[in-house]
Amino acid sequence: MSHGKKSRAPRTRRRLPFWPLVVVLVLLLLVSVVVSLAFGSEPIPVGEVVTTVTDRFTGDEPGRWDVIVWELRLPRALLAVVVGAGLAVAGAGMQTLVRNPLADPYLLGISSGASVGATAVITTGVLGALGIYAISTGALLGAIASAVLVWLVATAQGGLTPLRLVLTGVVLSSGLSAIASFLVFLSDDPRAANSVMFWMLGSVGGATWIKLWIPALVVAVAALAMLAIHRWMDALAAGPETAAALGVNVAGLRITLFVGLAVLVGVLVAVSGGIGFVGLIVPHAARLVVGARHRVVLPVAALGGGLFLLWVDVLARLAVRPQEIPLGVVTGVVGAPLFLLLMGRGQYRFGGER
Amino acid sequence: MRRRQKAAPVAPVAGTGDTTENGAGTDGVALRLRGVTARLGGREILRDVDLDVPNGRRVGVVGVNGAGKSTLLRVLAGVLHPSAGDLSIADAEGTLQDSHDVSSRERARRLAFVPQEEVVAAELLVGEMVALGRVPQTRPWARGGAGERATVLAALDAVGLADRVDSPCDQLSGGERRRAVLARGLAQQCPVMVLDEPTNHLDVAWQLRLLELLAERPGTLVASIHDLDLALRFFDTLVVVGWPPGADRAREPAGVVAVGRPVDVLDRHHVHTHFGVGSVQVPHPHLDQPHLLIHPREDTSSS
Repeated sequence: MSHGKKSRAPRTRRRLPFWPLVVVLVLLLLVSVVVSLAFGSEPIPVGEVVTTVTDRFTGDEPGRWDVIVWELRLPRALLAVVVGAGLAVAGAGMQTLVRNPLADPYLLGISSGASVGATAVITTGVLGALGIYAISTGALLGAIASAVLVWLVATAQGGLTPLRLVLTGVVLSSGLSAIASFLVFLSDDPRAANSVMFWMLGSVGGATWIKLWIPALVVAVAALAMLAIHRWMDALAAGPETAAALGVNVAGLRITLFVGLAVLVGVLVAVSGGIGFVGLIVPHAARLVVGARHRVVLPVAALGGGLFLLWVDVLARLAVRPQEIPLGVVTGVVGAPLFLLLMGRGQYRFGGER
Repeated sequence: MRRRQKAAPVAPVAGTGDTTENGAGTDGVALRLRGVTARLGGREILRDVDLDVPNGRRVGVVGVNGAGKSTLLRVLAGVLHPSAGDLSIADAEGTLQDSHDVSSRERARRLAFVPQEEVVAAELLVGEMVALGRVPQTRPWARGGAGERATVLAALDAVGLADRVDSPCDQLSGGERRRAVLARGLAQQCPVMVLDEPTNHLDVAWQLRLLELLAERPGTLVASIHDLDLALRFFDTLVVVGWPPGADRAREPAGVVAVGRPVDVLDRHHVHTHFGVGSVQVPHPHLDQPHLLIHPREDTSSS
């Protein structure tokens, strides 16, 4: 067929091969986790870090850095990886659910709801009986409440369609943020505003092994579940009509995604606050390097998000020692220019947007 | 006003006569609508539609803009649920089953639907987009191996885009994109295809090429089309979506107003009634086919 053929040579976009990239990212992640343990208020030589970690596995006598490395920094590094991976996966899922490139994990008002919960705990001292888990519990309850609210409002108005979810989420986010601010305003404690702001901008400080396993489990299950339906996710990303024509139960998939994302993001916010930007930019970056299919986007985004947040946390610990910067500040400052750079490089499009 | 608006009896409604004689075979019914009313955004678009799509035939859907052709096709394809009435889809043995008893996945294995306009997902390669057509046939976690690649390439080859399999979708022209989306429908490998204006955006050569391709393909086809001359030549049966004479088109929902052989449905009188233009069927000087010539106004002296 000669007609309809354009004389221009077909440009093929540069993509990285999936499996080599995954191997490289996994290796990079392993090395990064170990190396990152060297950084902190007390610098430890990398060689010492390695021996400290290997001592644990060989059962040798623990060295002098054992407590810092094993009890403080390693759980923290792993929590950064888990949260980063979770946010990236959640962002990819959310962008598919609402078919909007500006969607991030917090779109459903979950972070604002969580901040209301956390703020209530900080300013009024409710849930005080739960001790160190009070803020996390408050945040989780707030997150769940806001997700339920978005659900009820969207469903009452006709269903979980992308546009309705976006609008409901954005509006409820603003409303809930206002409530959180109002709670701070009412508070007599001058430090409350500070701790609320610090909490909202996110941190993985204070991570312990006990605090690690719930988010790790939730992130792993959510990522594997989405990966297990990667073809349906691809179809959903192509549009509801197309997905329906391809035999996907669109309403059922949307509900499942909504609930899964709400739980995932709720747990992440509860353990780490509202770390912005990761869930927005990492999925886009992953699409740029491996294409838009969920089978490749989800693993690459998860690994990339974990790697990114790990180093963000290192930067947050080092930049203005001995103070720690909230992670959301670093992700924003680092992420924004990085993303603009990525966007400019390829003729990147999402869902036909130009 | 709630009268049942029956299809004008230009010809025996295709399919119904054959079914009883031949039973469930190639002459059965692939899709059946009974008393279907369809709404979009609260507005009634179609009312009380009865239609049989005979197995193995090519059924063309014609009608003016806004009559409800796309709505009819979406109902037939099972992606828009009628607010009243029933859709039945034949299974592999030719037995009609109510669409409520057929899962979306099973429906997509029997019937491939290609919507009229589709925003093709950016950042997908053409081959990846076409591979979406394999979603109904494969497990949602399946990787899609060499077999899938072969199916995708064959479908793309049929629409002349095999060499673009690894190009990004957003580098295709409008007509190429249309063909690529149709290739996805072909890759679905269903006995029934429902296509909403498959010839849209295609140049004149590709319009013919595509219709020939669809005609050669075994199986049932339902497609809407605007070009009445092509409609006359390429389909076994034509369905006119529109209003009965004198109806208030702005207020009343449309329906199926005529079903029959193309030469009967597109006679001078019907074309004038339903499309508001004059027409004449003439034999093609070189081919053994009728041709439909359209002119702006019905010329009453030429009867």
